[in-house]
Amino acid sequence: MKETPTSRLWEFHGGLRLEGHKALSNRTPVRPAPIPEELVLPLRQHIGAPARPVVEVGERVLRGQVIARPDGYVSTPVHASSSGEVVAIEDRPVPHPSGLDGPCIVIRTDGEDATVEPRPVALDGLDPTEIRNRLREAGLVGLGGAAFPTAVKLNPGPGRGTDLLVLNGAECEPYISCDDRLMRERPEQILAGARVMMQVVGAAHCLIGVEDNKPEAVESLQSALETDGGEDIEVLAIPSVYPTGAEKQLIKVLTGREVPTTGLPADVGVVCQNVGTAAAAARAVHGGEPLTSRIVTLTGHGLREPGNWEVRIGTPIRDLVACAGGYADTVGRLIMGGPMNGFALTSDAPPVVKATNCLLALPEAEVTKPADPMPCIRCGECARVCPASLLPQQLHWHIHGREFEKVQDYALFDCIECGCCDMVCPSHIPLTQYFRFGKSEIWAREQERKKADVARARHEFRQERLEREKREREARLAKKRAAVKKGAGKGSEDKKAAIQAARERARARKQAAEDPPAGDSGSE
Amino acid sequence: MRFKTESSPHVGPPTAVSVVMRRVLYALVPGTALYLWFFGWGMAFNIVLAVGTALAAEAAVLALRNRPVRPALGDFTAVVTAWLLALALPSLAPWWLVVLGSLFAVVLGKQLYGGIGQNPFNPAMVGYVVLLISFPREMTLWLAPAGPGESGLGLAATARFVFTGELPAGMDWDAITMATPLDALMTGLNQQQTITEITASPVFGALAGSGWEWIALAWLAGGLWLLYQRVITWQVPVAMLGTVFALSLVFHAVDPDTYAGPMIHLLSGGTLLGAFFIATDPVSGSTTPRGRLVFGAGVGAFTYVIRTWGGYPDGVAFAVLLMNMAVPVIDHYTRPRVFGHGEAS
Repeated sequence: MKETPTSRLWEFHGGLRLEGHKALSNRTPVRPAPIPEELVLPLRQHIGAPARPVVEVGERVLRGQVIARPDGYVSTPVHASSSGEVVAIEDRPVPHPSGLDGPCIVIRTDGEDATVEPRPVALDGLDPTEIRNRLREAGLVGLGGAAFPTAVKLNPGPGRGTDLLVLNGAECEPYISCDDRLMRERPEQILAGARVMMQVVGAAHCLIGVEDNKPEAVESLQSALETDGGEDIEVLAIPSVYPTGAEKQLIKVLTGREVPTTGLPADVGVVCQNVGTAAAAARAVHGGEPLTSRIVTLTGHGLREPGNWEVRIGTPIRDLVACAGGYADTVGRLIMGGPMNGFALTSDAPPVVKATNCLLALPEAEVTKPADPMPCIRCGECARVCPASLLPQQLHWHIHGREFEKVQDYALFDCIECGCCDMVCPSHIPLTQYFRFGKSEIWAREQERKKADVARARHEFRQERLEREKREREARLAKKRAAVKKGAGKGSEDKKAAIQAARERARARKQAAEDPPAGDSGSE
Repeated sequence: MRFKTESSPHVGPPTAVSVVMRRVLYALVPGTALYLWFFGWGMAFNIVLAVGTALAAEAAVLALRNRPVRPALGDFTAVVTAWLLALALPSLAPWWLVVLGSLFAVVLGKQLYGGIGQNPFNPAMVGYVVLLISFPREMTLWLAPAGPGESGLGLAATARFVFTGELPAGMDWDAITMATPLDALMTGLNQQQTITEITASPVFGALAGSGWEWIALAWLAGGLWLLYQRVITWQVPVAMLGTVFALSLVFHAVDPDTYAGPMIHLLSGGTLLGAFFIATDPVSGSTTPRGRLVFGAGVGAFTYVIRTWGGYPDGVAFAVLLMNMAVPVIDHYTRPRVFGHGEAS
């Protein structure tokens, strides 16, 4: 019995049907980007602690060689993405919303692209821990944009039975098409990666969710599945409603299960991974290759020839822009990620990192003009489109009034910052910005409170110690006094004896000082 | 190359408050046109005077408050407020009544609370109720519907009355005024008439008040267009009309001689204008979906109660203001279930 896919899909509240702009970049196959002269590899390309460099300036490295090791559990190694010489380990511009520099290893490439020997391994009978270690050593992070270490995400911890792997091929952000091209061109790799991940988490099933604006991708995956014959994996076309690719929303759409507010997908028996990560996992295990490149979409009307490229991690963005025919004259903003959730880069100097799924160059005219927002008229459009079922209008009101307890009561921390509310606000209020501000303000206050609590605890402890010492001193003194009093009454014999003993001791010491051992007097 | 940065999202909303308000005005056009058709030029003077006063008052207060004047005037909210107030007033009203009402609506009802978005009460209804309580005589002189196209007073005569209070020679009030359907209902019931006897009078037409019924249907049409344009949501009109319908149906069924039926209640007075244009004011109404159902039902219930057992023939304005007061409580108790919180529905 074969059910029609839509009959078993669920819905989440709200969301927006956005113009996709996918055709701008998804018409041509993925092309390899050239090896740049210089590779800049940030030590922190993932969520967690930055990696520690294990190479020195002047050292020759090969493609796939570990150049920085993970520091701690939530961390990943960094590999050289081509062969060459390490020329610097220093702070360089990195893609980050702050626009600040970060520690990087810089490699001058030699053009040979010499690679370390790949170490493929057979998946059969491999222990989940071994596979996780392999993925960790391959430097795998979530390639959908969040860059959370894959090995950590595939380890939901004891007591959480996972029965389902969800692969995210939704790619719901406008403009981005790297996953679309990947699903069209390398579906077997995604299926193989799915099986690797299923084995790690012990899931018997896998659902791949793809937005129905990518029929070619759905078809490609489906025909690969037919060839492969497995019935453990299913591909489902889901409605193209932004943000259906947000993890919790995707799980809801595919399974009807709702991840609890403070919980993880594992709490409802699901682990969710991006299709790109799955393909990289297959390469890591079956091909024995670490993550040294990824597909990047270069798109937007600010570029002359948009498309998708297989890019070595660490390639400076400005080198890549040349692949896309350079900027159009109208270009006004460069965004890493999509127009809804991506962040604007201050320049094109930073390199492509593992999280770089898309570089979007928008003409000045297409970018929001910062018009003066008007007061909220409580129309409630924002609440209608909120995929978390929040009341953005009320959150905004209370953040504006700095009533942060109310703000938390209205579940600010369930906001996924998708930007839907901004898109429908007739008053042009930058709601998502307000919510980011609200969150950081609450975090800052919590930090302050914790600090104050510690300080108060220390102060109280000190007061108590001082008082205790005082009490003890007084108790000691009282005891002494009592003893003296008692002694004066009846024990004068003991006292005399004690004085006598002390005098004896003093005399003995004096004598010892006057007769130093022979031959040891020179230095005195 | 260096670029400017901004916080995401990087593309903006296609809509604006002024667009929303303009659509409300468009939706008011058919009903207003029918009003002019049936009752003559008076309503045109009402609207022009009310809108002019509202814009002047808004500009003056904003200037006093050191706030930018131009964007506030361009958002059309004061125009909508004034227009709705004008529609609530008798169609032949002295100029000072309209000006005073408009001043109260914009200055007291809106700007003194902080302007757009800050007012807890519906400004048009604040202005209306102030006038209703202060000037009962002027507020209850309604023109008779003069049949399609044939207005009782010409443009010049209307203008003369509005600005000088004088009627044309040889014309007196009794000749041109007539009780509104709800007035007739109240007076008739006080005189121990039955509903059947009352509705036999020329005040009533095929469905409800003669003339009035068509205007009411025009508000319905405008309201449905607003729903289609997603300027308003369905909850308030459906809940309000549903409640009025249900209450009048039940009481009419129990005692058809004392209680008018649903058709008269739905098509008379401010029911339809209120349901689609007044109770749907987002600022002073509830902002949650379930809260809007409660709010609308409350407005409907108060409207029916005041009409049936209260001292005023119509109750929409009081009902809206009473429910405005309840909005913070309604909003607090009707919050939607947040994703991942509690039981999934």
